[in-house]
Amino acid sequence: MENGTIGQQPASRVVVVGNGMVGYKFCEKLIAKAKENFEIIVFGEESRPAYDRVHLSEYFAGKTADDLTIAPLDWYFNNGIKIYLSDPITNINRANKTVSSHHGLTISYDYLVLATGSSAFVPPIPGVEKDGVFVYRTIEDLDLMQSHAKKAKKGAVIGGGLLGLEAAKALLDLGLEETHVVEFAPRLMPRQIDQAGSDILKAKLETLGLKIHLNKNTQEIAGEGIINAMHFVDGSKLDVDMLVISAGIKPRDEIARLSGLEVGSRGGIIVNDKLQTSDPNIFAIGECALHDHMIYGLVAPGYEMADIVATNLCNGTKEFKAFDMSTKLKLIGVDVASFGNAFIEEPDCQTIVYENKSKGIYKRINISNDGQFLLGGILVGDAEQYNMLLQTVNNKIVLPKDPENLILGARGGAEDNGVGVLSLPDDALICSCESVTKGQICHEVSENKIHTVDDLKKCTKAGTGCGGCVPMVKDLMLGTMKAQGIYVRNIVCEHFDYTRQELFDLVKINEIKSYEGVLDKFGHGDGCEVCKPAVSSILASLWNEMILAKGNDIAQDSNDRFLANIQKGGTYSVVPRIAGGEITPEKLIVIGTVAQKYGLYTKITGGQRIDMFGAHLNDLPAIWEELIEAGFESGHAYGKALRTVKSCVGSTWCRFGLHDSVTFAVEIENRYKGIRAPHKFKGGVSGCVRECAEAQAKDFGIIATEKGWNLYVCGNGGAKPQHAQLIAGDISKEDCVKYLDRFLMFYIKTAEPLTRTATWLNKMDGGIAYLKDVVVNNSLGIAEELEQEMAGLINNYKCEWKEAIENDNIRQRFTHFVNAPEVKDPSVTFSPLREQKRALEWSK
Amino acid sequence: MTIQTTTETWILACSTTQIPENGGACVLINDQQIAIFNFTRRGEWFATQNLCPHKQQMVLSRGMIGSSGDEPKVACPFHKKTFSLENGKCLSGDDYEIKTYPIKIEDEMVFISI
Ligand code: SRM
Ligand SMILES: Cc1cc2nc3c(=O)[nH]c(=O)nc-3n(C[C@H](O)[C@H](O)[C@H](O)COP(=O)(O)OP(=O)(O)OC[C@H]3O[C@@H](n4cnc5c(N)ncnc54)[C@H](O)[C@@H]3O)c2cc1C
Ligand code: SF4
Ligand code: FES
Repeated sequence: MENGTIGQQPASRVVVVGNGMVGYKFCEKLIAKAKENFEIIVFGEESRPAYDRVHLSEYFAGKTADDLTIAPLDWYFNNGIKIYLSDPITNINRANKTVSSHHGLTISYDYLVLATGSSAFVPPIPGVEKDGVFVYRTIEDLDLMQSHAKKAKKGAVIGGGLLGLEAAKALLDLGLEETHVVEFAPRLMPRQIDQAGSDILKAKLETLGLKIHLNKNTQEIAGEGIINAMHFVDGSKLDVDMLVISAGIKPRDEIARLSGLEVGSRGGIIVNDKLQTSDPNIFAIGECALHDHMIYGLVAPGYEMADIVATNLCNGTKEFKAFDMSTKLKLIGVDVASFGNAFIEEPDCQTIVYENKSKGIYKRINISNDGQFLLGGILVGDAEQYNMLLQTVNNKIVLPKDPENLILGARGGAEDNGVGVLSLPDDALICSCESVTKGQICHEVSENKIHTVDDLKKCTKAGTGCGGCVPMVKDLMLGTMKAQGIYVRNIVCEHFDYTRQELFDLVKINEIKSYEGVLDKFGHGDGCEVCKPAVSSILASLWNEMILAKGNDIAQDSNDRFLANIQKGGTYSVVPRIAGGEITPEKLIVIGTVAQKYGLYTKITGGQRIDMFGAHLNDLPAIWEELIEAGFESGHAYGKALRTVKSCVGSTWCRFGLHDSVTFAVEIENRYKGIRAPHKFKGGVSGCVRECAEAQAKDFGIIATEKGWNLYVCGNGGAKPQHAQLIAGDISKEDCVKYLDRFLMFYIKTAEPLTRTATWLNKMDGGIAYLKDVVVNNSLGIAEELEQEMAGLINNYKCEWKEAIENDNIRQRFTHFVNAPEVKDPSVTFSPLREQKRALEWSK
Repeated sequence: MTIQTTTETWILACSTTQIPENGGACVLINDQQIAIFNFTRRGEWFATQNLCPHKQQMVLSRGMIGSSGDEPKVACPFHKKTFSLENGKCLSGDDYEIKTYPIKIEDEMVFISI
């Protein structure tokens, strides 16, 4: 090998030190480029193969180590990669070109790739070694935190940056009573956002339950062996029994240092543009590499480095250039993003700021003085425009006349804000994790006729990393198809060339009542798991017949087919309707007795009713027989149907109550029970503006006023919360019900499958003003038709569980083994939990 | 390479009426859970393992069946991973594979060979 050049030699041996995200990506890239030419050997210090550290926090939200694994061990074997785990490299002998491992292996290399990542930086505060003090980097760290958290009440995080806030959210998720964030700087996320953004973010995080202390310098961690308090330089003190230190990262350059490779004065293995270290046969990539005085603590630049080294080993000539550090925080419930030059100030630019304290939104964009280009910005509270803004900066797109529209969005109904995805140049980087450009995506769509996002993911890998670019990929795909004159419609799936709305009308006009009938007449092929439930929902919304009749049972999703939600382990849950959350003592006793008899776990749900979990398929009919006997009905917790109408106690007991919200909630819940829709829907009725029923977070919400009721629609809790919007104010009960009938029926008829009312409204041309016109002002002249259709559904209501237990044919379907109906599934097992039981964790 | 045995032993699983049309159900044979699918639309029957390899759940018989192109498939009720009913290959891009078994119908009885 000549000095400094990188050439391809047959079956060169490449040893990779570190099996983290970047080390793995390097293997993947090299295998894809030239599997035959290399023998790859990987050493990892951790006990498991590379996992998705970026989404580490989801471990506390239910993901398992397995879910986070990037590729199973089989992948390495199948690609001929030798991998040694739990065996760190301890020494490099550069003269002999060998490495030796902790377990005593010595292996020679032609090329050595260091991908050792970084570790948490722990400041030298007295007491950091105490029990109950953690760092946040590996799955092991999280396991340790989890077991300690069981006996802890008050937790704190040192560091208010990106990682620190994520760690704080994790403490909340672990159920600590108090979580504090302690930051040395005067603001949160000091590297990403400005003071005004930090103020809004702080207020938002405080509503999530975090307690935030800025300008705090920790002097000592106190406690006898185990932490019990933190003392600060300003003399104050905080009692805590758990602490996570997240004050920055420290590149793992120890073996590089030991073998005499050049390292930076503040750590990091120095590399050139080819990512070569001071020894040309040794490369460093990812968080351990110091390029042009910079350590990149993000995964996308690491992936880029992996690609460059893999390319150059195959005789390519790529070089690493300074990388964009724009970021978006993943904290659930709070959007934060910063991009481009976030901090540049007047007079070097013009700044446009939008701030809404009550909604907790702050947006700032920095624009070049000639008004032509976007330089950077900050988004807090709403980062919807992040992708597009980032592209606008990176690609130097000339701004439209009113650049404030970029952050204020379309106002007054006009949709176009001047910069669309299609105006991006071909080399615009859409997916930075996998470095996929706009040109590549459009090429696949136009030349190779790839017309679904899933297929695009498969052929380009775009969207398979952090997933943040998926909405853009979809827009690009649809835009390209439209530009080619392909009429783009959201067709249901490969078996139906219709949109849901078209299919709905066709089924209605032709009065078809079974899935097979619809498939025969309007579809082709044999159907699938997408069109079956979609058509079943249309049938149910149109005719409201027993969903398990006419062979329609097999076209239902498992939950609808067995009238219960399937859970981990294959058991089901039982949720009887408790309209408005109102229940008699007698009925409470029945629930208790039934749950006891069939060994069910019971819990009060977030919807003001009681769920019984862990029922064997075989037991469902008998359980429901007893419940129905006592006067209960199905709660449709399994269906895309009305769930609950939450009530507050209202004027019947409450000193502030203006009207009787409980009675209204009970009436409304009974009115719409059993009605199938494109997605589930929920309601709420509050007795005054204090809003104890959280009605504005529901698909429809009713709030008592001095003069009558306010009706709100299209709210959502869930993953992307959104407040409901007022559609009519101070109206009578009768009008309220009339508008609700129209609103719900209009939704049922026109929304795409699995679209909640909030998303439906977001996509509606003209938005709430249009919806109000249709529902209240009858602008389409369909109000009467909608009301009649709704009346038809309401009149057709029957409790489907009652029908199921009374029909022997249907009842028989509730067996696990058809050839041994009395045998329950022997693979079902539970583990104990407090005084009850729980489903066994997913195995492997 | 798989070797097709010439001396297949057929085991009676259930009667044809016990499996819903265009759907599946599970049978217990020698302590094994086998999913049987009656794909009436195609006039075909299929038998596979009942265990979904994704999270080791005994549920494939409760999945929806359908086709992808010409290939008959079943979707697991849990995370909708789909598997070919013909050769057991996972069609959702993962490396999993499920076992499939020979199946035949005689006198309205379902027989499988395991
Ligand atoms: C039982 C319950 C949690 C609890 O213990 O409290 C629950 C349990 C489930 N929820 Fe929920 N949700 C429950 C209240 C809620 C609430 C609170 C509420 O209704 O006020 C919300 C947020 C409000 C909202 O929907 O806007 C909620 C938002 C979701 C979402 C996210 C929806 C979204 O638009 O983002 C899903 C996922 C989905 O539907 O696709 C979901 C899905 C589920 C499923 C059905 C997941 C599944 O597919 O298996 C869970 C079924 C468990 C089971 O086996 O029965 N659940 N879920 C609550 C049942 C209420 C009830 O009595 O029916
Ligand atoms: C909680 C958390 C959230 C994050 N969120 C984001 C985010 O939202 N966006 C983003 O872009 N980035 C995020 N990151 C950063 C991202 O995870 C890292 O940039 C990325 O993992 C770096 O990959 P790497 O391979 O360089 O290092 P690592 O993933 O740390 O892998 C290095 C591996 O090498 C091993 N190793 C070290 N020394 C040796 C040795 N001598 N021998 C053998 N093995 C060795 C280590 O044990 C480790 O397994 C987050 C990180 C954390 C911890
Ligand atoms: S919303 Fe009003 S009426 Fe209802 S409980 Fe709260 S204060 Fe009372
Ligand atoms: S358990 Fe079958 S797809 Fe997840």
